[in-house]
Amino acid sequence: MKVKGKITEVKGTVVKASNVSGIQMNEMVRVGELGLVGEVVRVEGDSAYVQVYEFTTGLKPGEPVEGLGSPLSVTLAPGIVGNIYDGLQRPLSTIEGYSIFRGYTAEAVDVNKAWHFFPVIKPGVKVEGGEKIGYVEETELIRHYIMVPPGVKGNLTYVAPEGEYKVNDSVAEVQNGEKQSISMLQKWSVRVPRPIKRRLVASEPLITGQRVIDAFFPLAKGGSAAVPGGFGTGKTVLLHQMASWANSRVVVYVGCGERGNEMVELLKTFPKLNDPISGKPIMQKSIMIANTSNMPVAAREASVYVGITLAEYYRDMGYDSLMLADSTSRWAEALREISGRLEEIPAEEGYPSYLASRIASFYERAGYVETLSGDYGSVSIIGAVSPPGGDFTEPVTTHTLRYVKAFWLLDPNLAYSRHYPAVNWISSYSSYVEPLSDWWGFNVSKEFETMRRQALDILFKEESLRNIVRLLGPEVLPEDEKLLLEAANMLREGFLKQSAYHEVDRYTPPLIQYYLLKLILTFYERAKEKLKGGATVEEIRSSPLYLEVIRARFNVKSKEDFEALMKKVMEF
Amino acid sequence: MSGSITFSSVQSIRGSLMVIRTNGKLGYEELVEIELENGEKRLGRSLQVSEDIAVVEVFEGTQGLSPRDVKVRFLGRPLELPVSNELLGRIFDGLGRPIDGMPEPVGVEELDINGKILNPYKREYPDEFIQTGVSVIDGMLSMVRGQKLPIFSGSGLPHDMLAAQIARQATIAKGEEFAVVFAAIGVPADTAMFFRRELEESGALKRSVLFLNLAEDPAVERIVTPRVALTAAEYLAFEEGYHVLAILTDMTNYGEALREISMMREEVPSRRGYPGYLYTDLATIFERSGRITGRKGSLTQLPILSMPADDITHPIPDLTAYITEGQIVLSKDLYHKGVYPPVNVLMSLSRLMKDGVGEGKTRADHKELSDQLYNSYSKAMDVRSLAEIVGEEGIPESSKKYLQFADAFENKFMKQDPYENRDIDTTLNLAWDVLSILPESAWTNISEKSKKVYLSVVQKRSI
Repeated sequence: MKVKGKITEVKGTVVKASNVSGIQMNEMVRVGELGLVGEVVRVEGDSAYVQVYEFTTGLKPGEPVEGLGSPLSVTLAPGIVGNIYDGLQRPLSTIEGYSIFRGYTAEAVDVNKAWHFFPVIKPGVKVEGGEKIGYVEETELIRHYIMVPPGVKGNLTYVAPEGEYKVNDSVAEVQNGEKQSISMLQKWSVRVPRPIKRRLVASEPLITGQRVIDAFFPLAKGGSAAVPGGFGTGKTVLLHQMASWANSRVVVYVGCGERGNEMVELLKTFPKLNDPISGKPIMQKSIMIANTSNMPVAAREASVYVGITLAEYYRDMGYDSLMLADSTSRWAEALREISGRLEEIPAEEGYPSYLASRIASFYERAGYVETLSGDYGSVSIIGAVSPPGGDFTEPVTTHTLRYVKAFWLLDPNLAYSRHYPAVNWISSYSSYVEPLSDWWGFNVSKEFETMRRQALDILFKEESLRNIVRLLGPEVLPEDEKLLLEAANMLREGFLKQSAYHEVDRYTPPLIQYYLLKLILTFYERAKEKLKGGATVEEIRSSPLYLEVIRARFNVKSKEDFEALMKKVMEF
Repeated sequence: MSGSITFSSVQSIRGSLMVIRTNGKLGYEELVEIELENGEKRLGRSLQVSEDIAVVEVFEGTQGLSPRDVKVRFLGRPLELPVSNELLGRIFDGLGRPIDGMPEPVGVEELDINGKILNPYKREYPDEFIQTGVSVIDGMLSMVRGQKLPIFSGSGLPHDMLAAQIARQATIAKGEEFAVVFAAIGVPADTAMFFRRELEESGALKRSVLFLNLAEDPAVERIVTPRVALTAAEYLAFEEGYHVLAILTDMTNYGEALREISMMREEVPSRRGYPGYLYTDLATIFERSGRITGRKGSLTQLPILSMPADDITHPIPDLTAYITEGQIVLSKDLYHKGVYPPVNVLMSLSRLMKDGVGEGKTRADHKELSDQLYNSYSKAMDVRSLAEIVGEEGIPESSKKYLQFADAFENKFMKQDPYENRDIDTTLNLAWDVLSILPESAWTNISEKSKKVYLSVVQKRSI
């Protein structure tokens, strides 16, 4: 039953509607003659406040408001991967002309496309939500499983034979009192996490190929991380790098209130970049959601939930999904703006008092889980945070820190000297180091953990020596401490720095990360011995090998490269 | 226009806001015309509408209005600008009405000044180098067509001079020239006159459009001026195929006008009294730039904003830099040392440079040189601050070269005359010159190949 009422007030994108008794909280509505999309955010008697997801210019009191009877939901079906959507999952590629017109509606996936369906189960068994019925090859990288929707259970009475089907065609039937037909398309309310069997402890790293992350401040599959940084510190570039190289099966990239050209950059580069594991274009595993900063704010609030729900859906098939949100601050600001228009009493800096709980419940949707069908899958979340004025004590940053387990702080001073990624190694942290150290020991090298500590130790010592140098000059330091500064410099230049645009440097597999670290630390050991033998730090610094070890990140691509250079270092 | 004849009465006036009776006939963000007893007409726009009343902002201010004596007429449309290529060569006020004594240009269409939401999918990635003839910009902060790159400045700094130099000299491949859209937002009359003269003397006025909201003009109008100007710019770029350079100065005045209105509406303020939607609002201005797939023109934005008390963390520069594709930050210290253009390169950034330079666009060594200059200049700044504490004697011999390098970088590479137009080769060769002060072992960003190809050329030249 659809509720129909009329507009009584328009204030920015918040519209008050009267005569809508029976409308539900969070129900989707169509507003005005243009049919603008909105969501009910407050119900008072027979009136309701609607947050409109589009600009409201020209809207008049008296125009119609119609409830659609269901909350904001996403379409889950083959055809999602490789697409670019707006914050409400409307495809951007099928819009005529160069602008987005108001009241635009379109199916999230092509409903006329035929998919080749393979059944994996036979009728006559009892099934429950999450059970895999069959699959289609969505892209070369994604085998898209068709699952019994959560909440449905009963006897499986029919499974379609292998063949071509459209997403709305019935591919199975479940009998439980009444017959229920299952197609390849499901809907899911974005604000409700999709159910799982149970949570598991994360123990495998999400390899990103970014050295400072993987080696020093790693993220586990199913983990959550925040990247706070002022403007120009390289948040977006770092997130693009993660999206490009992370070893997740599915990537959901949400451009939330950011630049239009950044989405274009992804659209331009993703089809050309190849996944380091499969060698196939990463576009074939990516979903993009763009609510650029000039698009209406309310859809920004929704875009994050749309993204996470898509990530969960692919997790339910037994995949590792990675969701990146750039930037969660814009999402929080959208909350603030909506709250302000509803005249709620603000807490800190105008943000609503429920900011912390919203952030918490968002990051809680990350996790390494056993799915309803008994597979293992994960959703990892990386959220950029854009603190105003680079002030890390502001509410969004502080609340985010309470809920994420890895924290990559971007340092403006590193960025000013063009040290990218500008991840500060003194203040960043990751709680996943410990649970993942076994993985590194087993898959890369037993000595990796020790080397990691050594390297960080050098960098921490450098930090305290630099305070002395800043006051008294480097000449006051003894030779061994000068050498330590050089070792720290090698780590900065040869390991921590990583060019996002150099063909070799932009992605470093774990083994090569170990090689590079090994080269630098061995060089340092050799140099210490040379120092004892009477050499000066100046001599060591001006040796060609010093520069060669620093530049190894551009040149070492294999075990042979490593061994050749290692030989030189050992002979140094 | 059914609503265009409806008259209404005024209920109350506060600041530049008016509450009027509407009987539900006025739409959100629609225009009203306010007629005074003496026949004077002013424009207003609704900020909030309900079944009986509406809140309206009056662009020309509410001075002299009395609820009893004015008539309000609903125009039934949002604020629009008539556009055609007749706009070129003309001067308008901050609302888009001609002030050059000539009749209103004939528009081929009337466009909503809020513009359309550009579909990101239909954007073309900006990657065509613009040569501005300014070494520090071309060499280290390269601009591309369709970029939005603001100048962050302070009082007394030569931002107008720099913007005018860019407007005069900027060429894109094959010597194509820009059409210039200039929006003065609450700036003194002499700033507007300076730009006008510069455009006139370089012969660019005939391909320019000026929109002037001067310091003496009403503040509320400033909300509209950049949008009117960008509506003209978008039309010229995407419908008429021009490469447009839009100069918006001073966006800080815009932000202050926005705060003023917000305060009058009793909205919950966020940082420093600015409304919580400042970011979104600024984005609806700055995102109106770029290129569109299948369209010939481009829209490049060069907004200027002054940082109150030179504070880059002030909400306006801070949020601007989160939206724009980089920033050019001017430095008082360098200016006092006699360096023009005084660009603080370490705090400046051009995000779109990486795809606009290099082989086939500028030169193969461009990116490496730029990275190396940043890297070495940043080291040099550390050495310089150390030298200020311990004295030059306390600095190791190997570091002294950095002091020389920093001086040469500032005085040879960066410094140039406001009327000197350097081509990109000259700029990059100068970069090699100043880098040559440092030993080759310090060139961590330079590849052997670049050394081979370009260094010899530079060395030959200097002999």
